[in-house]
Amino acid sequence: MDAGMILEWVIKSVVMVLMLTGGFAYVTLFERKVIARIQVRVGPNRAGPQGVLQPIADAVKLIFKEELTPAGADKKIFILAPLITVLPALTVLAVVPLGPPLNLFGRTVNLFLTDINVGVLYIIAITSISVYGITLAGWSSNNKYAMLGGLRATAQMISYELALGLAIVGPVILAGSMSLVDIVDAQRPMWFAVLQPAGFVLYFIASLAEVNRAPFDMPEAEQELTAGYHSEYSGMKFALFFMAEYIKMIAVATIGATLFLGGYLGPFVDRFPILGPLYLVAKVVVWLFVMVWVRSALPRIRYDRLMALGWKVLFPLGLVNVLVTALIVVLVGG
Amino acid sequence: MLEQWMYIGIFMVVAMMLPSIAIIIAGLLSPRRPNPIKNSTYECGIETVGPGWPQFRVQYYIFGLVFLIFDVETVFLFPWAVAYNRLGLFAAVEAALFIAILAGGLIYAWKKGALRWL
Repeated sequence: MDAGMILEWVIKSVVMVLMLTGGFAYVTLFERKVIARIQVRVGPNRAGPQGVLQPIADAVKLIFKEELTPAGADKKIFILAPLITVLPALTVLAVVPLGPPLNLFGRTVNLFLTDINVGVLYIIAITSISVYGITLAGWSSNNKYAMLGGLRATAQMISYELALGLAIVGPVILAGSMSLVDIVDAQRPMWFAVLQPAGFVLYFIASLAEVNRAPFDMPEAEQELTAGYHSEYSGMKFALFFMAEYIKMIAVATIGATLFLGGYLGPFVDRFPILGPLYLVAKVVVWLFVMVWVRSALPRIRYDRLMALGWKVLFPLGLVNVLVTALIVVLVGG
Repeated sequence: MLEQWMYIGIFMVVAMMLPSIAIIIAGLLSPRRPNPIKNSTYECGIETVGPGWPQFRVQYYIFGLVFLIFDVETVFLFPWAVAYNRLGLFAAVEAALFIAILAGGLIYAWKKGALRWL
């Protein structure tokens, strides 16, 4: 380990963080544009050509907004909660390979931040941490709506985490490894979405619930709970919750594309490694489009039905999927 | 291997900087003119009724408990899944038993009404 190595790490970390922040800004614009088109509207088109500067305008506005702290709030936790929510969203993608190794400046650069042999467990562990941020945000606000929203978010996220974990067991069995680099490599003959259709659908539904997206956006059901756990947040602290939500969307889309849609693999990727990241970005954009499409097409589910779906349908389905996958692998001979 | 974990540590520090800087910049630039009405708890325009930390239903706790049991058991499936190709039929039968026990636990919780949202 030398100084150049550490420099490479720091540069990669900074690039990753900036990429996710920029991605977040443009996913918000993408979502507004797509929903506008689905609802036969035009969407934001004033700031810059076709509204491409809209995210910057939003950011500037939010920086100059006054931040309020409710008188009864637990101040330290109130400030800490958005940070706890954003950090896991930013760090979860550290183990995902974004492309095949590239030759840059005379050295081989791996297009992933790190390749640990328990990558999948790392992802599950890190995504769980953001639950703390949301619960603490709801609790520290000293507001009934915020607290109920935080509790609902917690109950929902832990319920769907089981289905999410079981959906990921399938690709791990097929690849024989928990490292995402190996899982991508194992998909050279065929995408795991084809071999694991039930797991794929399960992952998609559970990941929607995990990032609190419609139709599972119960924690923020505005008719019942105003804005849920971030009712009392304003200005930049509110922006951080918003950022966490959209970065988590990007993260689950990227992880899903890596586990089930072959990650950076695509035609000619071995000859031109630079195509790898482009394929991955294309898959992620399609995934995000479907998430936005689902939001604009489906109504919100009632809370008791949401819990019933998670525990009585998705979780047993996940168990059956693991069992069937294991049996088929044994019968076919791995 | 340890290096890779150190890398995650560096990444976390870098990632922590972004939201911290955002909060600090906003703290410097944003106006700050609080008054008692602005800082009161938001409740759709009416005065707050009762405490801000109300009692909530015990159901959340039960779901948390059930989650804890099944989550720990699900994590046991991961090492098994990694080594699966090398273990053969015996491991498949063992895992089938394990999953059957898990399913039994789920059915028990279901019958006891722990999964019913009242």
